[in-house]
Amino acid sequence: MTLSPSEIERYARHLVLREIGGPGQAKLKAARVLVVGAGGLGSPLLQYLAAAGLGTIGLVDDDLVSLSNLQRQVIHGTEDIGKAKTKTAAAALEKLNPHVRFKAHATRLTAENARELVQGYDVVADGSDNFETRYAVSDACFHEGKPLVTAALGTFDGSLTTIRAHERRSDGAWNPTYRCLFPTPPPPGTVPACAEAGILGALAGVVGSLMAIEVIREIVGFGEGLVGRLLMMDAHSMRFETLLYEWDAHNPLTGKE
Amino acid sequence: MKLSYFAWVRERIGKPEEEIELPAHISTIADLVAWLKGRGEEYAHAFEHAEVVRAAIDRRHVRPDASIAGAREIAFFPPMTGG
Repeated sequence: MTLSPSEIERYARHLVLREIGGPGQAKLKAARVLVVGAGGLGSPLLQYLAAAGLGTIGLVDDDLVSLSNLQRQVIHGTEDIGKAKTKTAAAALEKLNPHVRFKAHATRLTAENARELVQGYDVVADGSDNFETRYAVSDACFHEGKPLVTAALGTFDGSLTTIRAHERRSDGAWNPTYRCLFPTPPPPGTVPACAEAGILGALAGVVGSLMAIEVIREIVGFGEGLVGRLLMMDAHSMRFETLLYEWDAHNPLTGKE
Repeated sequence: MKLSYFAWVRERIGKPEEEIELPAHISTIADLVAWLKGRGEEYAHAFEHAEVVRAAIDRRHVRPDASIAGAREIAFFPPMTGG
């Protein structure tokens, strides 16, 4: 996949990086990424992926922009209130980088449609706001063999990991699934959502940008990714911890039981 | 023993970490959680759905039946839902 002169200038700071260069930038241009949710995480994620020169960006979101979103969902603007998030994200990305092909899926991702949605993409990034979607996306990515970058936010905390549950490690053991880490979803109503608990807006910017780094890494392939590692961030005391996790024989996808 | 808390476990307990002398009878993560739940309302609230909160011994994720023998640091982290 060749780059035009204006693309070469646009991506000049990537092209000089040994880890990306021409071949890496061509991989980005050829890649198709599905972003789940254009909220606090999805906003910076979509912006950095578009700026980085991703070939195709799909977005699944069935929500409309509301005034209380704007404190952290920076891809949308004041004039966008009441509009579909897929529409306002499309306009923002077009302005940012016209080379990106944008696909809107103005629907809610469910266990029923998840596999069909992820099929047309190379990498999936989940920044959704509920456990139902998180489990549906991670199961669908396993079944369809897609790498998944998944992150979540609390009031002052964020978590991030990368899942390649459909593949084995070099020693033959399976990579862990999302369910190896979180086998049981919390009973409904026990974990307060952003609407009730509140959230520090800039936290979403940090964690969403970290998601973009992981997505770009999965496509280009440099350094050490977060497969088998969970990054926990506590913005309250500014702590970053990386916890190792492994395949669990009890998991329902690749387990033994 | 250093105990470290994240996300809503940290919020409910009200501190990011603490040093605690553990009683000798505690041998697994599940024992530790049961004992912590008796330390006050804030701990009982944090571990209300104990099966949901995950633990890591010396930064390695473990199941509730894992032995804590030789552990220097135990972290508790729950799934989060916000996006």
